[in-house]
Amino acid sequence: MKARVLIRPKEGILDPQGQVVERALPALGFEGVSNVRVGRMVELELEDTAGIEEMCERLLANPLIEDYEVLLLEPAADPAS
Amino acid sequence: MVRFPGSCDEVDALLACRRFGEAELLWHGERTVGDADAVVIPGGFSYGDYLRCGAIARFSPVMEAVGRFAAAGGAVLGICNGFQVLCEAGLLPGALLPNTGRRFLCRQVEVEVASAASLFTRACEWGEVLSIPVKHTTGRYYASEEVLDRLEADGQVVLRYRHGQNPNGSARDIAAVTNRERNVMGLMPHPEHAVDPLTGSTDGGRLFESLAAGLVPA
Repeated sequence: MKARVLIRPKEGILDPQGQVVERALPALGFEGVSNVRVGRMVELELEDTAGIEEMCERLLANPLIEDYEVLLLEPAADPAS
Repeated sequence: MVRFPGSCDEVDALLACRRFGEAELLWHGERTVGDADAVVIPGGFSYGDYLRCGAIARFSPVMEAVGRFAAAGGAVLGICNGFQVLCEAGLLPGALLPNTGRRFLCRQVEVEVASAASLFTRACEWGEVLSIPVKHTTGRYYASEEVLDRLEADGQVVLRYRHGQNPNGSARDIAAVTNRERNVMGLMPHPEHAVDPLTGSTDGGRLFESLAAGLVPA
């Protein structure tokens, strides 16, 4: 099973990186964009998904400052089949 | 003096400690801190700062030993990356976030002693101003409002950036905090770079002097 973990700064926490991106977009002509948050994404292949929440809590995210979201994806198609 | 792969201030910090006592390097794979009276976690980029600053270092064998040492009341000082490691390890409250200005900062700042009751500032006066450099990208101290109130009420805020000199957007100008038991402290400024007149200030030595004074049997 493939999983994708999306990690972003918690709501209410100032995200200077997001602000910079937000300010840069109008310069390219993209108006009306707000609340830009920049985070990171971790992709994993798992034999068993049972531990994924604990992985997020203990290592992948710092729950004090970050929110995370786990997306479980279908196993990648086997090219041989 | 702990040394991780990616530490870079451990030698300056080791030499700063040696001005006031004996100090040795401790490799990150060690499972005990030996007969140390105090442990210092230095600045740098432990494990390349992968994932988050300090996130990987906290799981190193030596940090398990440091955790046991701290739980038994041992004195632990984390400087810059060491502060980040101690926060990630849960030995200190809060976390360090990227500077509000997004930039790497390297400058001399003035900090005020907000508590002279700690193991790390006992040689200082309350309100004394120390000139110590900062150099970091991820130094914005963060904790929830409730935690910040508690830290202030309990005297766990040890150093504050002087008014108008907060370089990184830290909550309530906090530059150094201790745990509730006050035997573990983390700070973003680098006292080890301010122990010799050659580099302009010797104020950082006050913290090492405080630590050493507390460890010498009376």
